[in-house]
Order: sequence, then structure tokens, then C-alpha cells
Amino acid sequence: MKDLGFILASWIITLGSIGVLAIMTLRRARELSSRIPDEHKPWV
Amino acid sequence: MKTGTTTTRVLGIFALMITAWVVVSAFFLTPADVVQGDSVRIMYAHVPTAWIAYLAFVTTAVASGLSLARKHRTLGFDRVAGASAEVGVLFMAMTLITGSLWGRLTWGTFWQWDPRLTTTLFLFVTYVGYLAIRRVDVDPVRRARRSSVIALLAVLEIPLVHFSVVLWRSLHQEASVLNTDGDVRLDDLMLFTLFSGVVAFTLIFVWLVVHRQRLAAMSDVERLVGLDAAITARRAESTVGGGGR
Repeated sequence: MKDLGFILASWIITLGSIGVLAIMTLRRARELSSRIPDEHKPWV
Repeated sequence: MKTGTTTTRVLGIFALMITAWVVVSAFFLTPADVVQGDSVRIMYAHVPTAWIAYLAFVTTAVASGLSLARKHRTLGFDRVAGASAEVGVLFMAMTLITGSLWGRLTWGTFWQWDPRLTTTLFLFVTYVGYLAIRRVDVDPVRRARRSSVIALLAVLEIPLVHFSVVLWRSLHQEASVLNTDGDVRLDDLMLFTLFSGVVAFTLIFVWLVVHRQRLAAMSDVERLVGLDAAITARRAESTVGGGGR
């Protein structure tokens, strides 16, 4: 496949950025959740 | 997962499955373009990220409008607006980066001050500014009102970005799907893969916004609890100090 480096870079940046944001969100959620009582979490 | 529920887990699994299909189809099943060759495989990431960025900014505007319109101001809509803008900025950044890489292959340059590229960059910078204003440490109700007005103004840039290729002479190609003459210029499998990408990224967008607005709700609670504790401690200090006088 021609230009594979550019194509791979595009996909790695796209999916990698989404993955990093998702992991950061879940880690922060876990950290905060341990300090916040369940009564303040209507989704629980 | 402390902001997750069964619904978000199912949503996440669906998003991952459809994303996997899009990657396989984009790399191995869809044909190369007759003009652009294999570089067209970037399109399946570039175009959905742009559409989802638009969707995110429109969601921010709608949630901001609802936040302003509600008589009893709750911060729920404002948190959705903020979460959606955060995700939108990420998707817009990916649009700019993937577009730049694609541009290097098709135009021979990473960047041109072309109408589409310039208006897209301007849209990105506007929402980075919106997020910066949201981080100014003020009362959450005032923050909601201020950022809602900005979001309702900023969303007006989207038609300018979308129609920039029609309004001005642009290096960027005109829309192949959402064009003014309604003629879709794509092979069936290419079109299906592109729409699968839009569906996958929409599910990812919803998943991220749900989690991030719950995170914002917990951050606000933590801030208020911390404030209450500080006020109580200060009162206790002044009582002890007052008793000593």
C-alpha cells in the first residue's frame, strides 16, 4: 500500500487520542468517585 | 468504572465493534481511489471526525440554549454543553491533523491558508477559548450563563466552515456526500464504510459526553463540599479565637 506511513499515522492519532481521553476520563472518575458519596451520583 | 452504567457499557462495546469494522474495511476492503490512490483511506477517519466535531458544537449550543432558557437554573445542561465542547475540540484537532496529513499527500503541503482550512482552524481556536473561559474560577451559575452566550455565538461559525468551499475558491474539495446538488460521488462500499465511521464516532461521542458530564457533576460536588468544609473550619476557628478574647 502506497503512503502507508501517512495513513497509519492518521488512524493512530485519531484512535489513540480518543483512547487517551477515554482512559483519562475513567481514571479521574474512579479517583473522584471514591471521595464523593453515592447520594450525589444519580446514575448509581 | 464509577461514571459507567450498563447502558454506557453496552454503548462502549457497540462503539468498539463498529470502529473495528471501519478500520478493517478502510484498510483492507475498500478500493483505492482512482485519483487519490490509497491516501483516500484517511478519509474514513478525517470526515467522521469533522462531522462529529460539528455535532458536538451544535450539542453544546442546544444545551447552552436550554441552560439559559430554564427558569430554575440547574447546571445539568451546562455540564453537557461543557463536556460536548471538550469532546468536540478533540475531534476538531483530529480533523485538522488528519487533514494536514492527507493534504501533504494530495496537495504536496501540510498547510495552506485556504478558506476551508482557515475557517476550521478559527472554529477550533474559538472553542479552545470557550473551554478556557469555562475554567475561569467563578460561581458555576455565572460560568454557565457566560459560556452559554459564547456557545450560542460560536456555533454560527459552522455554516461558514461547511460552505467555505462553495463561497470562496478553495483548494479543499467540495463535499462528496453533503453537497448542494445531492449527488453522492462515492462507491457503495466506500460510502457504507464512511457512514459506519460516522456511526462509530457518534457512539464514542455520546459515551465520552455522558462520562465527562458525570465527571463534571462530581467535580462540582467536590468543590462545594470542600467549600463547605472550609467555611465550617473558618467558623470554628473564629469561635475559638472569639472565646479567647
